[in-house]
Amino acid sequence: MPWSREQMAQRAARELRSGYYVNLGIGIPTLIANYIPTDMKVVLQSENGMLGMGPFPYEGEEDADLINAGKQTITELPISSYFSSADSFAMIRGGHVNLAVLGGMEVSERGDLANWMVPGKMIKGMGGAMDLVAGVKRVIVVMEHVGRGGAPKFKARCELPLTGANVVDLLITDLAVFSRADREAAFELIELAPDVTEAQVRSHCSAQFRSPAAGLPVAGVAPDPAGPW
Amino acid sequence: MTQAGSAPKVCASTREALAGVVHDGMSVMSGGFGLCGIPDGLIEALRDSGVRDLTVISNNAGVDGHGLGLLLLTHQIRKMVSSYVGQNREFERQYLAGEVEIEFNPQGTLAERIRAGGAGIYGFYTRTGAGTVVAEGKETRVVGGETYVLETGLVADLALVKAWKGDTEGNLVYRKTARNFNPVMATAARVTVAEVEQLVEVGEIEPDRVHTPGIFVQRIVQSSRGDKPIEHRTVRKRSDALVT
Repeated sequence: MPWSREQMAQRAARELRSGYYVNLGIGIPTLIANYIPTDMKVVLQSENGMLGMGPFPYEGEEDADLINAGKQTITELPISSYFSSADSFAMIRGGHVNLAVLGGMEVSERGDLANWMVPGKMIKGMGGAMDLVAGVKRVIVVMEHVGRGGAPKFKARCELPLTGANVVDLLITDLAVFSRADREAAFELIELAPDVTEAQVRSHCSAQFRSPAAGLPVAGVAPDPAGPW
Repeated sequence: MTQAGSAPKVCASTREALAGVVHDGMSVMSGGFGLCGIPDGLIEALRDSGVRDLTVISNNAGVDGHGLGLLLLTHQIRKMVSSYVGQNREFERQYLAGEVEIEFNPQGTLAERIRAGGAGIYGFYTRTGAGTVVAEGKETRVVGGETYVLETGLVADLALVKAWKGDTEGNLVYRKTARNFNPVMATAARVTVAEVEQLVEVGEIEPDRVHTPGIFVQRIVQSSRGDKPIEHRTVRKRSDALVT
């Protein structure tokens, strides 16, 4: 049974560590903010110029001057600060942000990411994604395992224009989690969604990846929907 | 004591603020992220000036009927230099019909190109875009095993910026995330025009609080717009502790 969007976000939240400065992309990555353990100090960076992003405002308290990178109204916290786009990307490009979580259209077995355009079809642009993958120390991609029509998204090579070459450290799909020790290493399957087999995962992608290292349990760890948080 | 309105930088209207500084084929920087911190009044005045064949440098292209979307409707923009142009059907239509060009810059590269341009720096090497179409045709350099792409500084004929507060000397203060691209753009144009929500006398802004020093601002005008549009209004219920 594939993981839901919320469960994928919960799984990604397990990668957070206290003290991290984190940039969350649009879509499933945004949901991760809901699963930050209350006893953990994580500061969310919004590339349009804010550190310490707070939750959505109460109705009637929206402020047109206070939005996140998805252009949604948000709030500030006592720890918040504001800065220019140049300073924001100094944080990102300069390696000061610990973790970035992005959505993906395609990820290759070598860790390439494509998530910004479909030639002839979609012309939205890369926004800050290219800077994030180039500058942030650890990059996690969260995406469906297959696209519409069942086309694999974890592939031997990306066919879409790249956002970054060899930039992905951890890949979370709705079927499985793939990790690699460093940017030289191959991806290894480390977790499976409940009742999903390695054979199923392989048959729905064109990427080569290592089977779980001997002795590592692949237990189909479903994040508890109720959660500790 | 200088009176507001008598200082040489202060303009009586957005139309006056653009008088004599616009021409066909010019390049214009326009501040803002989405609809947040955009110089709406000056964009309207630019539309009304009738200038054409503009190259507009702005993170986004507005949305249908708002911000730079106004200049798209009148076909005054020939080329956009942006990082993201989603949420704009008219832009997409014009692009697919070959009526408008787009040069995509990664958002951080765009910000840094403008910062460099304003600071008199020819260019800089960045990892951003290495191994992607963004690096095509550009000089690259490998240092310590990492590939860096040469990106050049950007300057424009005119910058239109939006600030919360400004004084008659052109000192500006921005508010919250409406700051975004405005401070860098203010530094990078031959003429910078600031639209402010509150135009105040010198001395009313504490020098330590100034974000953009007046040297970067040639003209300043009180905004005539009372409304500030919100692109995605997201709220939570009083009982709801979560973000979504």
